Amino acid sequence: MSEFEPSERVASVPPSGIRRFFELAEEADDVISLGVGEPDFSAPWAAREAAIDALERGRTSYTANRGLHELREAIADRVEAWGLEYDPDDEIVVTAGASEAVDASMRAFVDPGDPVAVHEPTYISYRPTAMFAGGEPLAVPTSADDEFVLTPEALRDAGADEAAVLVLCYPNNPTGATASRDQLAAIAAFCREEDLLVVSDEIYASLTYEDDHTSIASLPGMRERTVVVNGFSKAYAMTGLRLGYALGPPDAMRALNRVHQYGMLSAPTTAQYAALEALRSCADDLAEMRDAFDRRRRFVVSRFNEIGMDCFEATGAFYAFPEVPDGFDGDDEAFAEELLEAASVALVPGSVFGEGGAGHLRVSYATGMSELKEALARIERFVATAVDDQSSPEPGSSMSRSR
Amino acid sequence: MDDAAVRRQLLAALTEDARQEPEDLARQLGIGEDRAAAALSALEEDGVVRGYQAVVDWDETDAPYVTAEVELNVELDRETSYEDVARRVVKFSEVESLRLVSGDFDFAATVSGESMNDISHFIAERIATIPEVTQTVTHFVMETYKDRGVEFEGTDEDDRLSVSP
Ligand SMILES: Cc1ncc(COP(=O)(O)O)c(C=O)c1O
Repeated sequence: MSEFEPSERVASVPPSGIRRFFELAEEADDVISLGVGEPDFSAPWAAREAAIDALERGRTSYTANRGLHELREAIADRVEAWGLEYDPDDEIVVTAGASEAVDASMRAFVDPGDPVAVHEPTYISYRPTAMFAGGEPLAVPTSADDEFVLTPEALRDAGADEAAVLVLCYPNNPTGATASRDQLAAIAAFCREEDLLVVSDEIYASLTYEDDHTSIASLPGMRERTVVVNGFSKAYAMTGLRLGYALGPPDAMRALNRVHQYGMLSAPTTAQYAALEALRSCADDLAEMRDAFDRRRRFVVSRFNEIGMDCFEATGAFYAFPEVPDGFDGDDEAFAEELLEAASVALVPGSVFGEGGAGHLRVSYATGMSELKEALARIERFVATAVDDQSSPEPGSSMSRSR
Repeated sequence: MDDAAVRRQLLAALTEDARQEPEDLARQLGIGEDRAAAALSALEEDGVVRGYQAVVDWDETDAPYVTAEVELNVELDRETSYEDVARRVVKFSEVESLRLVSGDFDFAATVSGESMNDISHFIAERIATIPEVTQTVTHFVMETYKDRGVEFEGTDEDDRLSVSP
């Protein structure tokens, strides 16, 4: 018994579809999970040691609201590689994870009733945080035909010209898609023409495998209308340390910092020391993890295509996004549930990530190579049996169907 | 991917796990199986990849197995070089590794046997008797924490949630 009723805003946000799969996977035995959205590595030892050292020295107080100045300087240096220049004094705010930076951006820049354009499928937090801020999410579907990259046409078709803010996420969770400079330039032109602000979540920027990451904020006329969100969780395997940051022009950071100042005070101090060390000395660790991800990525993508589950060449993050094989009517939830039950492999159905995700599965390759091999072998057997069970006149014909 | 990159990536994949089929290695590098197999043979023929072995924690077996790190000092003359000494020492099956090192002594050897006694006898009778060897210091291994990149004590437990956003 309690007197509590969630506020209307909270009640309007449905529970996460990830949660349901988590519970199913927890119940099953001997599961290999390709459903994990964080690296399987631990944070580089040098970064962990810096955290320990900070604790030993008793550095357990708050830092400046915007974060340790040294850390902001190191961040400013790091992002130069992506063509970004930000002043540590008034253009960078260190946050408790990229998550807080996304949430604070919504609260800082979205007014009640403002449409917030979100390309889908995408990371699951943008819609709810927009709604908590009183905004109205506007889904802009992307598709496999465009390799899940947003186009001005898709924006126009969805009515995003009316939106106040566009949330971008490239490299993308769940598809692994990356956006090239030209593709971003087309999106940027739309945003300038239609006067949209951009919140660009670039947390996977260090994990690209073909071309270096381009930030939309580095394109002409975009710096003044973009907040870049990034963090340490994915690149440095520091998810549990909760550290991220936002970059933007002074006005934007002043507003965002107002939310941060009252809502968070300052990001975790221990984690800030770890992050500082990560930026200073862990470039080799990052490169090694990136190379390992790249090998797994190639392996996973080629195995899915061999199995007959069309999988576009994901070039970023640590996700592949294959299609549900024939025989499941494109029902990604049914496929994922049956696969879990029959073969003990956990994947996340693409529809959890929004409309455009239906008919696909998010496969995280943040898992050791030997487990990936075993998981793919199980999926191959499962798909072969499922196709046989279909009593199609020509078994195997559906396997080679091309789309 | 150019040949140098293929070699580099092959070595990275194999040092992570040497027990891999050429077809799986090919998939990881995004190259054809034939090319992967050829690159692998070349690595072997060129003496880059010298062998493939299991990393064994002998303490977890009931096999009698003792190892020692042995420092060797040698005195050379005009006719004898470090290589000459090394060539003799490596021939013993008891010697698992032998390296010429900088610092206070010349060679660092890893020697194994069934007991401390075995190793002591081996050093006294086979190594110390080599004319160029002037001194040996034997350190018996009491506990192994890490071998060839593999941590023995660390639990590899995956404490991540099985499904997360
Ligand atoms: C696209 C994206 N943004 C943000 C986050 C959360 O990052 P952080 O741990 O920095 O809050 C995730 C985590 O899965 C993500 O995939």
